Amino acid sequence: MFDSLTERLSTTLRALGGKAKLTEDNIGETLREVRRALLEADVALSVVQGFLDAVRTRALGMEVSSALSPGQAFLKIVHEELVRVMGAERAELNLAVKPPAIILLAGLQGAGKTTTAGKLAQYLKTREKKRVMMVSADVYRPAAIEQLAVLGAQVGVAVHPSQALSSPEAIVRDAVVAAKTQLADVLIVDTAGRLAIDDAMMAEIKTLHEALAPAETLFVVDAMTGQDAANTAKAFADALPLTGVVLSKADGDARGGAALSVRQITGRPIKFLGMGEKLEALEPFHPDRMASRILGMGDVLSLIEEAEQKLDRKKAERLATKIKKGKGFDLEDFRDQLQQMKSMGGMQGMLEKLPGMGQMAKAAEQSLDQKRFVHMEALICAMTPKERRFPDLISGSRKQRIARGSGLQVQDVNRLLKQHKQMQKMMKKMGQKGGMQKMMRGMGALMGGGGGMPPMPPPGGLRRR
Amino acid sequence: MFRFLRKKKAVEASEPEVSEASTPDPQPEGEAASEPADAGHEAVHEAVPEAVEETSEGNEGGGAGLFGRLRSGLARSRGALGDSLGTLLLGKKEIDESLLEALETQLLMADVGLEATEAVLERLTARVKRRALNDEDALMSELAEVLSEILGERHEPFSLAPAEPFVILVVGVNGVGKTTTIGKLAQRFKAAGHRPLLAAGDTFRAAAVEQLKQWGSRADVPVIAQGEGADSASVLFDAVSAARARGADVVLADTAGRLHNKGHLMEELAKVVRVLKRFDAAAPHAVLLVLDAGTGQNALAQAKTFSEVAPLTGLVLTKLDGTAKGGVAFALAKQSGLPIQFIGVGEQADDLRPFEPRSFVAALLGAEAP
Repeated sequence: MFDSLTERLSTTLRALGGKAKLTEDNIGETLREVRRALLEADVALSVVQGFLDAVRTRALGMEVSSALSPGQAFLKIVHEELVRVMGAERAELNLAVKPPAIILLAGLQGAGKTTTAGKLAQYLKTREKKRVMMVSADVYRPAAIEQLAVLGAQVGVAVHPSQALSSPEAIVRDAVVAAKTQLADVLIVDTAGRLAIDDAMMAEIKTLHEALAPAETLFVVDAMTGQDAANTAKAFADALPLTGVVLSKADGDARGGAALSVRQITGRPIKFLGMGEKLEALEPFHPDRMASRILGMGDVLSLIEEAEQKLDRKKAERLATKIKKGKGFDLEDFRDQLQQMKSMGGMQGMLEKLPGMGQMAKAAEQSLDQKRFVHMEALICAMTPKERRFPDLISGSRKQRIARGSGLQVQDVNRLLKQHKQMQKMMKKMGQKGGMQKMMRGMGALMGGGGGMPPMPPPGGLRRR
Repeated sequence: MFRFLRKKKAVEASEPEVSEASTPDPQPEGEAASEPADAGHEAVHEAVPEAVEETSEGNEGGGAGLFGRLRSGLARSRGALGDSLGTLLLGKKEIDESLLEALETQLLMADVGLEATEAVLERLTARVKRRALNDEDALMSELAEVLSEILGERHEPFSLAPAEPFVILVVGVNGVGKTTTIGKLAQRFKAAGHRPLLAAGDTFRAAAVEQLKQWGSRADVPVIAQGEGADSASVLFDAVSAARARGADVVLADTAGRLHNKGHLMEELAKVVRVLKRFDAAAPHAVLLVLDAGTGQNALAQAKTFSEVAPLTGLVLTKLDGTAKGGVAFALAKQSGLPIQFIGVGEQADDLRPFEPRSFVAALLGAEAP
């Protein structure tokens, strides 16, 4: 439905390409694209504005990290800011009160309160080994009480019977007494869906809240909600001291901008996501994943993060200076390269994460024998440090020893040495002008595939030059 | 009946100004006078427990007839969009860039969506230039014009055609109000002299069948159901057979809420359609997609994906009585190619109204009746 933000940003980000710093001028257009993406993800406009200001402030004058292109660096800021706004850490339910700890659920009609009640009961019963009781204070919607009773039977927890004729307040007061006598740890109170502007109904839930003094008051909101999420969340947060938010129907394909709006406006953490129709489908909320989803960024960010974390920049720099000085690229360096690539999930793993490169990854799978990299590493590991530094030492008898030590054949040792020789030549050229491109071509030879193979990332990460 | 009385009292206690409504008079005067055909089911819906939702707004609307009711139902939507436009335009005698920009903001905040907003503004600016509009009244009426045009392009009111029986399949994601819409439609058709029959095709959600049965008994309409977990297609097949046997002319088929990105659930819906076709190649004669007015741009994805598995004929936009402005209606009209046929503006049975572009826009912008 929507182009991913990454694809959309690619043009504006290209303009950032050669810049060393992000400035007001060069990020203006890009910020507008981010605004579009956020609006298409249904983030409330008021929240979008504030968010963009925060991103602008952070991005301006920022030095671009050497492992990332400026565009990537900018995306990273947007993403980090999103994560920060949504609460960097996972918020747990706080049920450490004198039992029964009461959980009150509130929200609009059709947000998924009753289903969430069932899922919470299941979660608390199985994962936290709590003794759970539920009660429905929804005397309005036809069969709401029955629905909760059915869910209770499915989960296997007690449901305090409510009569549609009683007042919600009387029902919950009864239920608290019942929960105490039956020694329940947790009492989950489902309520009727209500419009935030319906004063009578809002007064009712306030009364319920006062009567119950719940440990947790959770606002249940549909992940597909649009701009109205802001109004609704504000009205509920004004009426009730919310302690958290449950984002329901998050297994849909909505981009879930409501998560950001609600989080920002209520200031309360999102504690759970409803991820399906099954009772087990209640998941803890991870701000970073939601951030990627809102931005429609696929996994590019995790790749950026990985590149930063896993590519050992010092090693790469050491190699670069070594090569510049005209010193040889020895087997030790070769092994480092192999290991770095492996830690990034191998050639395929990396390709899969890049937008639009899925096809390439498949092609790579067919033409590349993943085991060859493992073998090469094993061969190098079977050598002595001296052999690694001075491969010319490796004589016939040494080759036999290495083959045995790595569980491979002498031919494999020979092939590795030959490949290393080729790479060494390339590396020498790289020190010269225009060497990089030649090196890329040489890399193709290393991987044994005729043309068409994507180049391996040069040492130092994913710098696009 | 008792439930209703009880609830009314609760409301009375907290909101004295609605005391008029709480007298158990089953026929509000204004409504019955302006719409005699509705008198019958007016009595029915008054007994509905949801009647508590009828706050002061509901009463104001009662006397004003159809448009008034719609307007009052949309009062909050209008309040939000119309009023803010009013403030925007207050004291402005010229139309400039910043005014249009502010207009864009308002449209975006009403969930109109980027694409539709840009289209609206483009048309508006074109006209502003051409006709050299120079005051806010002219701008407002042009805006109303542009908005109604967008909605009007695809407008097609719902109509029942003779069939034996006319099968209406109601689909949508979870929690949008499918079952409630069916309950309201049943009362509407019944009041119009039809013989509807309800089919409890939501065999998945806990107590969904029970919920439909309660609507059935309110509207005094038969409900065909099997147990929970039964095959949805089989229930609907049974229902259509039953409708023929009993001489019912309209079958309202409920289905389980399903997220449109769940392949297996959409496949199940495709099967329902196939099975209905076995009875009558023209069935289902109407497929209504129910959308929550609070839904953002995902409504477009829903309309698109559902139309891939079921031959959608129209949309129902529910829950317009909240703060949700239902601006997604414009995006839907522009992009889905499906007509919006009903809107839900309240919890009572006759708060499900046929969609009428001009009144909708007028009510949304707070203008007078066209």
